[in-house]
Amino acid sequence: MQPNPQQLSALKAALFALCLVPLAQLGWLGWSDALGANPIELITRHLGKWTLNFLLITLAVTPLRHLTGWHWLIRLRRMLGLYAFFYALLHFLTYLWLDQFFDWASIVRDIAKRPFITTGFTAFLLLIPLAATSNAAMVKRLGGRRWTQLHRSVYAIALIGVAHYWWLVKKDVTLPLLYAVLLGALLGFRALRLAKERRRQLAAYSRSR
Amino acid sequence: MLIKRPDDIAPSEITPRSLFGRRRAFIKAAGALALAAGLPAETWAREAFPGLQKSAFSTLEPPNSLRDIASYNNFVEFGFGGKSQPAERAGAMKTRPWTVTIEGLAHKPRTFAIEDILRIAPLEERIYRLRCVEGWSMVIPWVGFPLHALLKQVEPLGSAKYVEFVTHTDPATMPGLRFSYLEWPYTEGLRLDEALHPLTILAVGLYGEALPNQNGAPLRLVVPWKYGFKSGKSIVRIRLTDKEPKTTWNLAQPEEYGFYANVNPEVSHPRWSQEKERRIGEFFKRKTLPFNGYAEQVAPLYAGMDLRKHY
Ligand code: HEM
Repeated sequence: MQPNPQQLSALKAALFALCLVPLAQLGWLGWSDALGANPIELITRHLGKWTLNFLLITLAVTPLRHLTGWHWLIRLRRMLGLYAFFYALLHFLTYLWLDQFFDWASIVRDIAKRPFITTGFTAFLLLIPLAATSNAAMVKRLGGRRWTQLHRSVYAIALIGVAHYWWLVKKDVTLPLLYAVLLGALLGFRALRLAKERRRQLAAYSRSR
Repeated sequence: MLIKRPDDIAPSEITPRSLFGRRRAFIKAAGALALAAGLPAETWAREAFPGLQKSAFSTLEPPNSLRDIASYNNFVEFGFGGKSQPAERAGAMKTRPWTVTIEGLAHKPRTFAIEDILRIAPLEERIYRLRCVEGWSMVIPWVGFPLHALLKQVEPLGSAKYVEFVTHTDPATMPGLRFSYLEWPYTEGLRLDEALHPLTILAVGLYGEALPNQNGAPLRLVVPWKYGFKSGKSIVRIRLTDKEPKTTWNLAQPEEYGFYANVNPEVSHPRWSQEKERRIGEFFKRKTLPFNGYAEQVAPLYAGMDLRKHY
C-alpha cells in the first residue's frame, strides 16, 4: 500500500483532526457539565494521559513501519510527535494555571521536592528541543546524524513520563505498569532489530574477507 | 465551570437538592461521555430522616451539592481506579440486614441491628468540612449522632484506651478487595478520648436522607478534624482495646499516613504539600486550617504532643 501525494495529504488532514479529539472531549464534557466534582484534576489527568499516549504512538511508528512495510508512515511521525508536545504543553499549563494559579513559590517547591513533579518537569523540558528542531530546515541545519542523536532522547522522555505516572498513583500501579510494558515492547523491538542488523553486518563483513 | 472566588458564591448559586436530578437527567439525555455518569438508581430513592435537630457544631459555609458529594469518592473496596468508581459500583452492596458488633473492653458488649442504632440518640444535621489527605475538601451536611452515645450503651471499661473500627468486606460486591495493596478489612482507629469527643459522629445520612452506598451506607464514622481516610465507611465492628489499633493506610505506607492523621498544614505528605486545599466547586485553592478549622474544640486533646512526630 502506497498512497499517492493527494491521498497522503488527505490522510494527514484526517490525522490532524483525529489528534484533536482528546481536546474536543474536554470541551464536550465541559459543555455538558460532566467534568465531575473536580474538573481541574480531571483535565490535568486527561491531558497527562494523552501526552503519554502520543509519545507512545509516536514511538510506535517505526516498529509499525517495519512490520507492515508501509514506509510512508514515517511521513506522519512529525505531526504525532508535535501533538505529544502540544498535549504536554497544555498539561503543564493546566498545572501552572488551573492547579497552582501561578503560585511560583509553591511551583518551584513542587518541582524541587516532589519526585513526580520533578520527573514530569524534566520530561517536559527535554521535549522542548525536540519540538524546536522538528521542521525540515532544522534537520538540515543540524545534519541528519546529529538530528537523529538529539531525537533519540525521546526514549528517555517516554521512560521518565512513565516514572512520573508511576510515582503519582496512590496504590494501584496497574495502568502505569501497562504503559511500562508497552514502552518496553516498543523499545525492545528496536533493540532486537539493532542486534539483528549488527549480526547481519558482521556476517557480511566476514563473508567479504 | 465558572471561575469564582471562594467568598462570593451566594448560597442561591449552590446546586440545591432538587436540581440534582434534573441536571443528571440532562447529562444522561446528552449521552455524556460517561465520565460522570452511572450513579445507581439507589441514589434517588433513599430513606428520609425528617425533623433533624440542628447542631451548634455545624459550619455556616455552603455545603457542596449532593451530586458532588455522591459522585467523587474514595472507597477503595470498590476499586482503586478513580473517584467515580465507588458511585458506579457501590449500588450492589447490601445494606440491610446490617448489624454492628461492639466488643472488647466493655461491661456490656453486644451486637446492634442498624434499626436499633438509629434509635439510640436523636438524629442531628451536622454540616462539617471534610478534608481529604489528597488535597481537596468539601462541606457535607451529614445526618448522624455522636459516637459517644453508642459507646455509652456498652459501658467501656476503665482499661479501654482506644477504639478500633472494622468495615464491611464482601468480595461479591467489592472488586477492590481483590487487590492486595491494602490489608482487608479496612480498619481504622481512634484514641478513646477522640472517639468520645462531641464532634465525632456516626453518620447515617446526608442531605436529610440515608447515605448513598458510596458514601459509606448504612453507617460510617465522621471525624472532621482528621483527614478523610480516618473516617471508616460501612462499619460492622467496633472494638474497645488498650493498644493502639493497627490501621490500614498506616500499615501500608507508615511514612505517608500516620495513626493520628490530624489535618495539619505544617506537615507535608511526603509527596505533596498540605498547606492548601481545593474546595470542590471552587477555582482558587484555599489555605488549609490546623485541625481543619476545629482547633478550638480539639487542640487540647493533643496538648504537649509533638504533632510533627505524631502525624
Ligand atoms: C512529557 C511530560 C509529561 C507526561 C508524559 C505526563 C504524563 C502524565 C500522566 C500519564 C498523568 C496521569 C494521568 C492519569 O492519572 O490519568 C499525569 C498527571 C499529572 N501530571 Fe504529568 N506528565 C508530563 C509532564 C508534567 C509536568 C511538566 C507537570 C508539572 C510540572 C505535570 C504534572 C502533573 C500533575 C499535577 C498530574 C496530576 C496528578 C494528580 O491528579 O494527582 N506533568 N501526567
